[in-house]
Amino acid sequence: MADKKGTRVALIGNPNSGKTTLFNLLTGLKQKTGNFPGVTVDKKSGSCKLPGGSVEIVDLPGTYSIYPKTLDEQIVQEVLLDHTHPQHPDKVIVVADASNLKRNLLLFTQIRDLGLPVILVLNMIDIADKRQLKIDLRTLGIDLGVKIVTTNSHSGEGIDSLKKAISQSQVKSKRAFYEVEPLASEAIGEISERFGLQNNYTAFQYAQQSDHLKFLDEEEKETIRRTKAKHGFDHNHTQSEETIGRYKLISEIIDRNVSSPAVGPASLTSKIDRIVTHKVLGYVIFFGLLMLIFQSIFAWAEWPMDLIENSFASATSWFKEVLPEGVLNDLVTDGIISGLAGVLVFIPQIAILFAFISLLEESGYMSRAVFLMDKLMRAVGLNGKSVVPLISGLACAIPAIMATRSIDSWKDRLITIFVTPFMSCSARLPVYTILIGLVVPQEYVFGIFNLQGLVLMGLYLLGFLAAILSAFAMKFILKTKQRGYFVMELPSYKLPQWKNVLLTIYEKSKTFTLEAGKVIIAISIILWVLASYGTGEKFSNAEDNVKASLAKDYTQEEYDLALSSYKLEHSFAGAFGKTIEPVIRPLGYDWKIGIALITSFAAREVFVGTMSTIYSIGADDDEEATIRERLRQEKNPETGEPVYTQAVGFSLMVFYAFAMQCMSTLAIVYRETKGWRWPMIQMAYMTAVAYLSALVTFQIFS
Amino acid sequence: MRTLSDLKINEKGTISGFTDDTLAVKLMEMGCLPGTEVSVALVAPLGDPLAISVAGYQLSLRKEEALSITIEG
Repeated sequence: MADKKGTRVALIGNPNSGKTTLFNLLTGLKQKTGNFPGVTVDKKSGSCKLPGGSVEIVDLPGTYSIYPKTLDEQIVQEVLLDHTHPQHPDKVIVVADASNLKRNLLLFTQIRDLGLPVILVLNMIDIADKRQLKIDLRTLGIDLGVKIVTTNSHSGEGIDSLKKAISQSQVKSKRAFYEVEPLASEAIGEISERFGLQNNYTAFQYAQQSDHLKFLDEEEKETIRRTKAKHGFDHNHTQSEETIGRYKLISEIIDRNVSSPAVGPASLTSKIDRIVTHKVLGYVIFFGLLMLIFQSIFAWAEWPMDLIENSFASATSWFKEVLPEGVLNDLVTDGIISGLAGVLVFIPQIAILFAFISLLEESGYMSRAVFLMDKLMRAVGLNGKSVVPLISGLACAIPAIMATRSIDSWKDRLITIFVTPFMSCSARLPVYTILIGLVVPQEYVFGIFNLQGLVLMGLYLLGFLAAILSAFAMKFILKTKQRGYFVMELPSYKLPQWKNVLLTIYEKSKTFTLEAGKVIIAISIILWVLASYGTGEKFSNAEDNVKASLAKDYTQEEYDLALSSYKLEHSFAGAFGKTIEPVIRPLGYDWKIGIALITSFAAREVFVGTMSTIYSIGADDDEEATIRERLRQEKNPETGEPVYTQAVGFSLMVFYAFAMQCMSTLAIVYRETKGWRWPMIQMAYMTAVAYLSALVTFQIFS
Repeated sequence: MRTLSDLKINEKGTISGFTDDTLAVKLMEMGCLPGTEVSVALVAPLGDPLAISVAGYQLSLRKEEALSITIEG
């Protein structure tokens, strides 16, 4: 029978079972990423062409059992238990690692007992063959009561048989694999009746997970709580009974159908492990990899970034020519296009970083890095799993904060979210570059170290130290009853699959563009309004005032630059800059820097653009060098001293190293912590740290 | 009573029980069941966490978590 249109098939399996590779093979590039409704878990779905029409395949987050431990895993249970969920599948494919069947079958038997039509895929069958595991598929299928397909997701072998199996109809098994009814017959009976459930295991799951199921309302949860209390339902006890019972049946079945050789020689994985978790070598390799990533981001991202910047510059001039002069022209060029450029220019760095992260994850190294760093990270209030977000933070805090979802302890996760924005992201780099060029001489220390390079490294280190120290402080401030666990699989090493790496790069860049993009573009437009409009006589008579102030034979260009600078000074943004001047005076900043601080509040890199507008520097010039030259000449009108002294330069660098100055990050923190409390605390804290450190820096250097 | 954290590297033992009920269910899901043979495969450079071989794969856990798993033999 051909599947009707709109059939939805869910892909479920343990982490490291090759589920994502299989998903990529089934759907090719016809994938969509989005969110599950109401939660922030990435949803990947795609369509798969079958002889009888195409079906929708949904890739659910990897999980070891139907009992979730992390936010991502929670979704698996919601989708499966809630029959009205928009993603509720018509059919489930459980992907199991054939070389590690016992543990993988636990999840399978749970899904099967929910009464959904199931296909069992034994993936990585090549590895099982290599380990000389002999699996009798026919009898295994009979014992488990399921259609079994074997695949090798590396070579794509078995995909056609899987597609064929999807297009056939599967009979729901009438008898449960493991009957939970004896564990809590009264509670199951009452819940089944109250919610009209046909399936004992579903009712049992309602009892086990009632407090966490989002699709039940408060009253329904209360009913379940009362039922549980009445019958003395102890969820820990019943869950252990269930797990032991299932494993007992699984072990018997494996013993009957799978034969394995006595003991093989030490595997390649354990040989590599001895090196990468070695006392000395382990850390050398870890920090060596970090350096490599860091170097590559800077070495390889430069030319694509230049390319993006230049194309946007050409687009700006083209629009300026084509559109009639006026508000619309300015809005499109100065507001929208410059906002878009500000977002897209970071994609090369983000893509390179995630290429590395995905390679390390695919190969299996990342979990060793987590293993290696856990004790050190725990000493400062973090978790081994904070390593990935902190490294990602070097490119951009947005994907980094999203990567904290793998941390199952809420306290550790919150601390990681809180301190990640201290890591120097790529948006700080243009600010650092301009300021370092301005106040740090191009000299060599001991003949080999470039002084400017050392200062840059110092700034990255400063961010890292701020993150570590803040985490350490929060470790003592935050109180939590919830305990964190560190039970984690160390998967066997595998050759990374390029397709998976490329898809990860694509997805992360897309997430960044959409998440950061909408905030940055919106703010760019607001800032454009603030910087282009003003009140008062000076703003409305800007043209005449500027003409009067210029020497007689000025060129058109001189006039335009002087006008935009004058307008900015008397715009709303300029007024704000002057208002905050008393506050930032102790840091050595004047109102012009004040304007830049305000306009870069939404995104740090705007600092550079604002500086060039304030100081009337044309867009066609080689920007960096020109701005630097212009800043160097800037004199304090009262004292006649240069404004950009070393003290001011360092004070600004330190300010930008610590200040939040990123609306997109705040928006992500809001989303991930489900409220304004943490982003607000975070912004206040980071601004305070930035202000005080900049103050101290200014006082030391002046 | 001996616990998993008393095992030396590559030494084998059999899980006899757990002292922490909440952690026990999570460990059992991962294949650490009473009666299962385990051995310590790796110890992180700072002595914590450790990785054990269990049910045909490697599982890493912290020392305090290993302390909650009792061992016989």
